[in-house]
Amino acid sequence: MTRITVTVDGTKYSDEVEPRKLLVSYLREDLGKTGTVIGCDTSNCGACTVHLDGTSVKSCNVLAVQADGHEVTTIEGLAQNGELHPVQTAFHECHALQCGYCTPGMIMQTCDLLKNNPDPSEQEIREGLEGNLCRCTGYHNIVKAVQQAARQGHESGTAAADGSPAETADAEQSVGATA
Amino acid sequence: MIPASFDYLAPTTVAEALAALAEHGDEAKVLAGGQSLLPILRMRLNAPGIVIDLGKIAELQGISEDGDELVIGAMTTYAAVLASGAVSTHAALLSKAIATVADPQIRHRGTIGGALVHADPAGDVGAPALALGARYVIAGADGATRTVEADDFFEDLFTTAVGEGELLTQIRVPKHTGWGAHYEKFVRVSHQWSIVGIAATVRSEGGTIAEARVGLTNMGSTPLRAKAVEQALVGQPATDEAVRSAVASVAEGTNPPSDLNGDAVYRKHLASVLTRRAVLAAAGA
Repeated sequence: MTRITVTVDGTKYSDEVEPRKLLVSYLREDLGKTGTVIGCDTSNCGACTVHLDGTSVKSCNVLAVQADGHEVTTIEGLAQNGELHPVQTAFHECHALQCGYCTPGMIMQTCDLLKNNPDPSEQEIREGLEGNLCRCTGYHNIVKAVQQAARQGHESGTAAADGSPAETADAEQSVGATA
Repeated sequence: MIPASFDYLAPTTVAEALAALAEHGDEAKVLAGGQSLLPILRMRLNAPGIVIDLGKIAELQGISEDGDELVIGAMTTYAAVLASGAVSTHAALLSKAIATVADPQIRHRGTIGGALVHADPAGDVGAPALALGARYVIAGADGATRTVEADDFFEDLFTTAVGEGELLTQIRVPKHTGWGAHYEKFVRVSHQWSIVGIAATVRSEGGTIAEARVGLTNMGSTPLRAKAVEQALVGQPATDEAVRSAVASVAEGTNPPSDLNGDAVYRKHLASVLTRRAVLAAAGA
């Protein structure tokens, strides 16, 4: 067993884990963060996408021990004070889902995409989400949702793309609140 | 899918990592970004006794310039290479090829050194590195480093000049400032391995090809360089007809695989078509 200290959705955790434990398994089984789902389990589908230090990764393709000393944001950490994140709202309003299984990963990758490119073209959206598969083939509304989130980001003057609120002040306040 | 149990070490210096490798021998597997190794472990195609994670070794990360060379730390992620203005200015071919690797999430974790040492013949980094004449700095157990020339690095399927107990620490890429570049990757679906990929970089002088470098992905057990084609391109106008003729024999002497995506004959045909496209794009035609 290896001791790791990881900040997840603004809360600092310190746990003993087996080195072979995948980050997604740690999030789901040890922390109960079941909002992050396991899809293909082969690092193709992107359903398990989370942010590691603010950039998107496939959490089935990262060991929990590799997250030691780093910050993780999951889909459960996006909403702030009961308010959905703008990307979550856009997915809701554009009906950017059918079965919903790919949605947590789609939203996390969308946040990453908009952080790097606040005004993506349709082509850039489709390429930016190429690592996320929707088996319902509902891509059309997903693209619309990303476009709406991008527009809202411009209108509000804030980056809708800031998908890592847990890395702001909240995280620092909760440091030490070891679960 | 869960990997078989293994012990884990995360050294913070190259010296510590080399000492751990020396101690554990072939029981050890080196973890770079893990985007190839973790699927291998999960599918239990490999079950090392100990995994040595290089992720905490700061000295292996980053990009700098040293005279006529770019120096890329082995643990520099694809995303960091893509974000580097120095790389896009002086080795555009590398940027173009890496932009086609897998997907954004994988590029955030995967490393250039990990990909090169893994040496998957369908990987997209080997051919551009070979075409650009990249040299490889390898550290050994005694702490000494040696430098391996581009043509000597890839030895066979998944096999490079990096020996037991050694670590790749730097990739030194000769600057190709002002050269046009294009990576033409043929795949059936998004974010997949190359069926065939062609890395081409060209220095043009007024519509004429003055110099060219061409690397081939997945046309044999290692990345290949098409030196005869490079010679044939010199002095040619960057036109469809001239380039088509100069690259027609690009697949000569190659030994591409046959699989569900296409047989060897098909890949050889693809290679000439894709090389023409890649060279023309690199020449800005």
